[in-house]
Amino acid sequence: MERETIFWFKAAPIHAFPIDSGACIKYLDQQIAVFNFSQSGEWYACQNLCPHRMQMVLARGLLGSCGEEPKVACPFHKKTFSLKDGKNLNGDDCHITTYPTKIEGEYLYIGLPFETSQSEKAENIT
Amino acid sequence: MGGNMKKIIVVGNGMVGFKFCEKLHQADQEKNFEIQVFGEEQWPAYDRVHLSSFFEGKAKDELLLAPREWYENRSIELLTNTLIVQINRNLQVVIDHLGNKHQYDYLVLATGSSAFVPAITGVEKKGVFVYRTLEDLEALKSYASHCKSAAILGGGLLGLEAAKAALDLGLQTHVVEFAPRLMARQLDDQGALLLKTKMEELGIQIHLQKTTSEILGNGKLKGLQFTDGSFLEVDMLIISAGIKPRDELARKTGLAVAPRGGIVVDDHLKTSDPNIYVIGEAASHRGLIYGLVAPGYEMATQVVNQLIGKEVKPFEGFDMSTKLKLIEVEVGSFGDALGETPGSKPILYKNKTKGIYKRVNISADGKRLLGGILVGDTSQYGMLHQFFQNHMALPPEPEDLILGNRGGKSAQGFGIDALPDSAQVCACENITKLHLCQAVQEGNQNISSLKECTKAGTGCGGCLPMVNDLLNSELKKLGKAVKTTLCEHFSYTRQELLDLIKIKEIKTFRALINEFGSGQGCEICKPVVASLLASTWNEPIVKHQHIQDTNDRYLANIQKGGSYSVVPRIAGGEITPEKLIVIGQVAAKYQLYTKITGGQRIDLFGARVDQLPDIWEELIAAGFESGHAYGKSLRTVKSCVGSTWCRFGVQDSVSFAIEIENRYKGLRAPHKIKGAVSGCIRECAEAQSKDFGIIATEKGWNLYVCGNGGSKPQHALLFATDLDSKTCIQYIDRFLMYYIKTADPLTRTATWLNKLEGGIDHLREVVIDDSLGLGEELEREMEFLVNTYSCEWKEVVENPQLRARFKPFINTEEPDSSLQFEPLRGQKIPSNWV
Repeated sequence: MERETIFWFKAAPIHAFPIDSGACIKYLDQQIAVFNFSQSGEWYACQNLCPHRMQMVLARGLLGSCGEEPKVACPFHKKTFSLKDGKNLNGDDCHITTYPTKIEGEYLYIGLPFETSQSEKAENIT
Repeated sequence: MGGNMKKIIVVGNGMVGFKFCEKLHQADQEKNFEIQVFGEEQWPAYDRVHLSSFFEGKAKDELLLAPREWYENRSIELLTNTLIVQINRNLQVVIDHLGNKHQYDYLVLATGSSAFVPAITGVEKKGVFVYRTLEDLEALKSYASHCKSAAILGGGLLGLEAAKAALDLGLQTHVVEFAPRLMARQLDDQGALLLKTKMEELGIQIHLQKTTSEILGNGKLKGLQFTDGSFLEVDMLIISAGIKPRDELARKTGLAVAPRGGIVVDDHLKTSDPNIYVIGEAASHRGLIYGLVAPGYEMATQVVNQLIGKEVKPFEGFDMSTKLKLIEVEVGSFGDALGETPGSKPILYKNKTKGIYKRVNISADGKRLLGGILVGDTSQYGMLHQFFQNHMALPPEPEDLILGNRGGKSAQGFGIDALPDSAQVCACENITKLHLCQAVQEGNQNISSLKECTKAGTGCGGCLPMVNDLLNSELKKLGKAVKTTLCEHFSYTRQELLDLIKIKEIKTFRALINEFGSGQGCEICKPVVASLLASTWNEPIVKHQHIQDTNDRYLANIQKGGSYSVVPRIAGGEITPEKLIVIGQVAAKYQLYTKITGGQRIDLFGARVDQLPDIWEELIAAGFESGHAYGKSLRTVKSCVGSTWCRFGVQDSVSFAIEIENRYKGLRAPHKIKGAVSGCIRECAEAQSKDFGIIATEKGWNLYVCGNGGSKPQHALLFATDLDSKTCIQYIDRFLMYYIKTADPLTRTATWLNKLEGGIDHLREVVIDDSLGLGEELEREMEFLVNTYSCEWKEVVENPQLRARFKPFINTEEPDSSLQFEPLRGQKIPSNWV
């Protein structure tokens, strides 16, 4: 995927997130699931919607790994998704969108595609 | 849209036509097809199978298979109120009633059928109806408001459906059948007689062997004149005497039509014109019309596969087995139900008192089940149908199939090795045993790769235990060691991990995986380790929130749409009026859907994550505790009222149930645990279906263990008799602790016992005779867990930090607006489940 224009949405202070687990961020009408691995210090973001049954629940799923791939398991039917590229790891046909993350000054930022920004949040663009 | 898209026109927007659109849209990933659908009715496709629910007050919209937006969102052009009147096959064009022309590349006729109306004098009179479309039903319903009685012409499946509708409309209902019995195609004389008796008990009058000669009345129907001279006075008549395929369009255009109606198709559902397919009730395949939806769906799938260029097996007819509940009466019929196969031998069971009739037809060589009939009790339908469909070898005493094993040598298990290769293991994805075995042989030797390769178990997941057993059995056959290690992160069994946790005094998941595992864990090992830590150290599970499955993480049960349900503990099912009122008040305040559970307590549905602590604060203030309905832990100890009130009771079952439920509440285990105490031999608490069940005797208590209900019900086995309360608890302590220590993850006690070497005798030796010398240790461990119990919800409510975790978003205090509900019978249900 080409990622010409993203903007960095300032989500929340990192201490607000539970460790080795998931939490949900709301941006406009969008729900974004955020996960962190305390051992490696990695952070991931993806859509909160599980595409299998269209439920807003991925942030409440269990975090884990499949080989080297970080993954999340949906609490409803245990569909698992790579947090790196959003690929479904059960061999199903549904995938999820993932977003880049960065940490600056104790804050987590999520890189969202520009069209979702709807201009009024323009102050967040870096 | 691309230029080389092929245009598909579907004529008919019934159930099968709709299924075709759905399947084609799903399969057409490369967007090669453009779909246009014509329906002559004013509504989009609706559920004709459940038409009679329209009379139970179901709204029209609820019957729709999908709203109009569904078609729009998929770029499927739906034209309702539009009748196709002509096909020009040379130009590949259809013409609608307004004269508009529509070009097609492929034409799919799903025109269905109309009601067959016999040519009886007077059939045109007012008050005569057919039972086919929503429009028919509306007309019928409005006419019925001035009527007292109705006759249904036809005593088949559809006729009895219509009778149910008439009954629901409050009419005095008569069924008139030409044949000497009801459901003549599915039932034999005795089965039909029983069905008739049951119908009559419900107030439906059945008239058999009646041929209607004339419908009498002056403009408006007054009654039916039969050829035998008798007369039946009724206010209205519903004709449900069969179906007539809608083949007029095909006839006009010169397509081959069968002598008795229906458009002739080959095994690929093609007509005599290679660009025209027919699916559903309009098709005549090998001389047969299929008047059920399942074969119609199968046909739709076939045609879709052909269009997208997938390899297809020829359509070879369809199993017309049926199981249904007709007006409170269960009826099942499958295969050669009437025993028409030469040499077939029937086995019959009839119980007039209970109103049960069962029949199975065995092949001449006694090896195969050909078909059968079940009336009054269809609980064995699934098992019998497996035998029939998979040509499975019958047990040595075939009557066991309908009578159950009656002592003596124990019946052969229906274990995985007994299943034939053709047996369907995963019904959602239609995966057979052979398919799975081959996948294992080809190298898919763990469950996740087997799932990924075959798709088995990816739908409802109900077959996963079977898939797992199959995998292990195949691996054994391949000479591979089967070690049930937990998952890719731990190469230990659950039992080994429990020992490691205990010996090494490990208290966190992180410590365990760092020392004995690898990677970051997953959805399998995390909840297992959480359960092991709880069973060993009994620290509040909220301490290990990040390794709990969502139910244990939020201490509530996640439900459709993402809201949660709340179940306070009501030990033994005993509750004071005051506490009952509090539950009602809390439910009303937070607008929760309330339902009584099977375990004698009350479930409150539809709470948002952020409401959970507030709800529990109020419940705890009124003296409630967590019911642990969300955990793999003790659920309830059900009780009957026992000797305090009941004139039959011999012991105080309620007091004992409360004592036991409070003893084991919060106990974490490999799976949920249920118990029950009955106050006498009548067993009203159904203790023999529980993990541990106690039944009062004159001298004390009989203890049963390892039963369960659920998908594979199993009766608990009698473990020890006439125990005093103290010994009974001692045995349960040892039994539960031994189970917790040795069972595989997500294994109920019944399955655990089935796999336990030595079975119930071994269990008795360990628990009663203390053959392993473990007795005291087991009791000590249980005592520790009982003494360290605390209510998880109380801790959350009292701890602001824990409470803060119960909110939908980290960066805003807004509630989750994606949760949506709709009303149902004065309460609410979730509405956004796709």
